[in-house]
This record gives sequence, C-alpha cells and structure tokens, in this order.
Amino acid sequence: MADVGLQHISKRFGQNLALDDVSFEIKDGEFFVLLGPTGAGKTTTLRIIAGLERQDQGVVTIDDEPADHLPPAERDVAFVFQQYSLYPTMTVYDNLAFPLRSPLRRIPEAEIKQRVEETAEKLRISHLLQRKTAHLSGGEMQRVSIGRAIVRHPRIFLMDEPLSNLDAKLREALRIELSHLQKTQGSTTLFVTHDQTEALTMADRIAVLDQGRIVQIGSPYDIYDRPATTFVAQMVGSPKINLLPAARENGNLHITDSPITLPADASVELPAALVVGVRPEDVVIEDSGQFSGQVMLIEPLGMETVIYLKSGGQTLVSTTPGITRLRIGNEARFSIARQRIHYFGSDGVRI
Amino acid sequence: MIRTKVRDASDKQPAISRYRSRHVLSDAALKRLFLWPTLALLISINIFPLFYSLYLSFTTYSAIANQPPVWVGLQNYRDILNDSQLWIYFRNTGRFVLLTVSLQTIIGFGLALLLREKFRASGVITTLILIPMMLSPVVVGLFWKLIFDPSYGIFNYLLGYPAGRGPEWLASKELALWAVVIVDVWMWSPFVMLLCLAGLSAIPDYLYEAAEIDRASSLYQFWRITLPQVAPLLLIAVLFRTIEAFKTFDLVMGLTGGGPGDATELVAVNLYRLAFLGQWNTGKASALAYIVLVIIIAVSNIYIKYLNRIKEG
Ligand SMILES: Nc1ncnc2c1ncn2[C@@H]1O[C@H](COP(=O)(O)OP(=O)(O)OP(=O)(O)O)[C@@H](O)[C@H]1O
Ligand SMILES: [Mg+2]
Repeated sequence: MADVGLQHISKRFGQNLALDDVSFEIKDGEFFVLLGPTGAGKTTTLRIIAGLERQDQGVVTIDDEPADHLPPAERDVAFVFQQYSLYPTMTVYDNLAFPLRSPLRRIPEAEIKQRVEETAEKLRISHLLQRKTAHLSGGEMQRVSIGRAIVRHPRIFLMDEPLSNLDAKLREALRIELSHLQKTQGSTTLFVTHDQTEALTMADRIAVLDQGRIVQIGSPYDIYDRPATTFVAQMVGSPKINLLPAARENGNLHITDSPITLPADASVELPAALVVGVRPEDVVIEDSGQFSGQVMLIEPLGMETVIYLKSGGQTLVSTTPGITRLRIGNEARFSIARQRIHYFGSDGVRI
Repeated sequence: MIRTKVRDASDKQPAISRYRSRHVLSDAALKRLFLWPTLALLISINIFPLFYSLYLSFTTYSAIANQPPVWVGLQNYRDILNDSQLWIYFRNTGRFVLLTVSLQTIIGFGLALLLREKFRASGVITTLILIPMMLSPVVVGLFWKLIFDPSYGIFNYLLGYPAGRGPEWLASKELALWAVVIVDVWMWSPFVMLLCLAGLSAIPDYLYEAAEIDRASSLYQFWRITLPQVAPLLLIAVLFRTIEAFKTFDLVMGLTGGGPGDATELVAVNLYRLAFLGQWNTGKASALAYIVLVIIIAVSNIYIKYLNRIKEG
C-alpha cells in the first residue's frame, strides 16, 4: 500500500477546463472519497492518477515519488471503471483472473483459482463464474468489475462510482463489505461517488469537487457540520439543508419574506446581507416552539418524517423522529436550534 | 406502417373526389406493388435457371445444337469424377484458394492494424489502398500481364533482376499460379483490410485501458482482446474471399488464359471452356457447376458453424 499525492493538477479538454489546480494527499491506508456532482471532474482525476490521462500541469506522486513518467502498468493501481470495462469475450472467472494472469506476475494457477473464488464469494457472484460477461445485468457487471480490482493487492484502489448500479439492499451490503475489506487490509482507496450517504458512511476523509475545483477537504464530520460553502452544505445531508436569505438589523437576523427573526450571533462578524443555513433536523417541531408555520407536505420515511413548513414566503424542511400526528394544512409550532445555524455570505462562502 | 395518401386541392372539391380512390394505396397494395416485380425477376433469372440447369446436368445437351436434352441420369457426374484431368483443375483451385485467402487474411489484417492508428493522411492512404478492389478483374489481369512481362515489366525490375533475365512469371509452370495469387492478393487484401478495420474500430478503448491497468503485455492484449473481438468480421471476410476465390475466372482469363499447359486452369475457367467453347457441352458443364456449388456450400457451412460458435462464445 502507498500514499498518493496530487499537486496543482490542471487538465483541459479543448476549451473545457476539467480540473483546475487540484491538490490533495491520500495517506497510506486511508479511505478517501471524492464527492461531486456529474461533470465535476471526478473520473478525470482518477484517470490522471492511473496514468490513463496526462495532466496539463501539476505533479502526481506515489509514495512521495513523482509518477508522471510511469505508464499505467507500472503505477500498480487497480481501477474500477464507471462503465465496468469487462472483457466481453471471456467468462466472469477469466475476467477476475485476468489481472492475476499477467505474465509480469507469475502467479500459479492454483492460487489464482483460490483468490478468484474468494473474491467471488465476497461479492456474491460465485454462481456467475462460468457465465460470459456480455449477458450479465448492470449490477452483476458492476460487481465483477469491483472483483477484478480487489482480487489484486495493488498499491492503491481507484473506484469510480462502483455501487451506482446496485439496488439499495445490495448497495448497503457491499458498502459494508468494501469498508470492512478496506479496514482489514488497510488498503489505500480513492472512492468516487456523487452519493452523499456513501461518502459520509465510508470515508475517512472527503474531498468535495465542483466544476474541476476542490471546494473542501475534511472528515465526514467536518463536511457535514462545517460546510465551507453553500454548495457543500447542499451536497451533503438528506433532506437538503434549508438555505434562507436574511438581513442583519439591530443585532437581529430577519429572514427575507418571513416573520422569522433570530438574534444575531455576537461571536461572529456578520455582513448586512447573508444566507442562513439550517439543517432539517435543527428545525425542531415542538408545541413550545417560537415560530409557527403551515404544514404543506408530509413524507413519512418510517424512522423519521419529513415535514415541509410554510412560513411567510419561505418553505422550511424539518425532520422529526418517528411518525407525526400533524396533518397537511395544520398550523405547527417549531423552533430553530440556534447554536447549530450555519452562516454564509451572499457569495456562498461560510462565515 | 406506410400510408400513402396524395392530398391536394381535390380533397376540398367533392366534384372530383372520386379521383381520390385512385390515389390511395393501401399498405397491402403497396407491398404487392414492390414485391411482385422483384419476385418475377428473381424467379425468371435466378430460380428457374437454377432448377433448369439442375435438370440439364442429368442430360446430354448442347445449347447451340438444335436438339432437345436427352436424359442420361448420373452419367455426367460419373464422367467428371472419373476424369483425371478435372482432378488436376480441382487441385489447382484448392491450392489457389488456400494460398490467396491465407495471404489476403494476413496482409489485410496487418494493414488494418497499421491503419487503425489515426495519423496524418491515414484517411487518404486507406482510400488509396482500396483502389485495386474497385477495378475490373479483366483490366487488372491485362495490365498485370504487362507488369509481369519478363523483358520490360516492372515487377522483375523491382525484384532487382536485370532486364530480360528475370523469371518468366506467366510462362513458367511453377510460377504462373503464384503470379495469379500475387495479383489476386494485391486486388483483394484491401477488402479483408476494410472489414478488419471496421471490426477494430468497434473495440472500445476502455478495454485496452483496463488491460493496461491489469498489466497485460501488448501481445497478451492482442491475443485476448483484439483477436477475439475482430474474429467474427475477419471470418466473414475470409468466407467471402473463399467463395470468390473458388469462382475466380476473369483474372485468370486476363492473365494466363489457364496456361501454361494447365498450370493455372482453375475449375471455373474449365467450366467456361466446357460450357461456351468448342463443343458447348451444356449438360456436363451444368453437372460441374453443381459440383462446385456443393463444395462451396460445404466449405461455407464450416465457416458459418465456426462463426456462430465464436459469436455465442
Ligand atoms: N476525453 C474527454 N474529452 C473532452 N472532454 C472531456 C473528456 N473527458 C471528460 N471531459 C469533460 O471533462 C469534464 C469532467 O468530466 P468527468 O468525466 O471527469 O466528470 P465526472 O465527475 O466523472 O462526472 P460523472 O459523475 O458524470 O461521471 C466534463 O465536462 C466532461 O465533459
Ligand atoms: Mg465519472
């Protein structure tokens, strides 16, 4: 295993700036997640680390040594491709065995067989081993693709949205399996996803990427509790954070278009116009609540219930544990957990 | 569904609306309209001759003699299979097919591998390479005759022989068949190349990327990725070329006329002689044609079986 570093990486495709001065460091044995919306440059980052794409500027280091001159084969990475990239004329078994059969490795066939079968077991594809890959379902292909990576012991795993095509149950199971595998083997992993749950549950650290730029790097806790911009705040957390435009006046914050007024936090310097971010779980529905709003919509999720409250021209999303007695159209009282409010400038940057 | 309806001003004028019925064709009518002429043509110039010649192959008959066919049963077939001369022609044909198809496959596939990489002018070069395929075989035969000429031909010159001292390609019993093979390969390798190029360009790049990450050597990549993926199209190319090579006639006529002796007398050439020269032996020629047909069908079937096996994997 190894650590990997990116320093000031930029990449252009024609006029399109896919990566703009991207730098981060993945430590040995770390589970590092790259989180970003579609088109953010996640795949491009992985391809540059793997050596499939060449950056315009910047340096990639593996184990503190520049790796830019190395071809993909010598970087010794394992790559789970977003589009699976299985060898269509071969069976699942041969696909999994392919990286082990490389003449550069000289692994005896008996060991190959054992490793392939172990991997298939973990990914629950043992029953598919003799099938050709061309006729597998998307989820099956995706698991074979993961298998082709974890059958090896590379210096780093690069996984490009490896769980995107699985159903919820299998995704959860494999999330746990991959996390467990990573922890027990201590493998360095760079995991790409646009799914915030995956990012928060699996990562040691998360880097949030937006339009080719790193917006924030930090632990899941940092990202969730101290989002650097409104973009990050919206990216993580489900349901999405409430972002309310507000104006500061005489030590109070008046939420635009709404009767809600909060005392301004004295410990921070707040501008006259700002955006207030409140997580849904911090909009607490209680009879003693300071504010009131009309219930617009109720989404029971079992463990919790999502309630949309209209207060003036603003709609706030709130989550309440369990089932609620409220009905659509009811008037509900709620309060806002003041010490957990996020403040952003009108440019979206955290204050 | 195609519905043809010609709508024009007449729609709005009830007085002449009865003309509309003539302009409206139902789907079924349209189908018949396209189908029947084609069928008629097919039956009159393909199906009927096919069965009529099958009948003629069991008779003694000459197309220029003003006499009706006389039924002789299997006599024509017996004659042909017992004719040691014809076996020589079959052997010539077999050698020719084997040589020309395997050389075309190797050269065509090789060219495709080279031209697969896009470089400057690769499009122009591809087009230039395809030109021989577009020429008429008789013309090709005639000008290669000049190229092979021992006293002023450029072929021997390029091989480095002084004028007039090189081998006589078309007049030598050993070399004449090779000469035909060379011209056929020159003419038809581009065809194999074209199909292989189509097969190669259909292989997605990401397979090679995955293989590279999996540390497969380029030879291993060729065997495990390139070849299996191109195989179906390559096999189709080989199938086409085999069938065509069996029927090679015009090229030989242009180059050697079957000579010297019977060194380049292929079955198709002899068939022509039998049918249209000298005695116009239509009955026996039909029988020979059917024997060739059966051989071609048999060989094609082997290919097609193999092709299906590859496709199913
Ligand atoms: N080979 C290429 N040629 C041109 N543009 C490209 C190429 N590869 C990527 N891009 C562009 O670079 C940007 C980043 O692409 P990338 O594939 O890295 O996004 P991504 O974050 O992986 O998105 P997704 O979540 O949809 O997979 C996109 O705007 C894309 O159009
Ligand atoms: Mg991607």
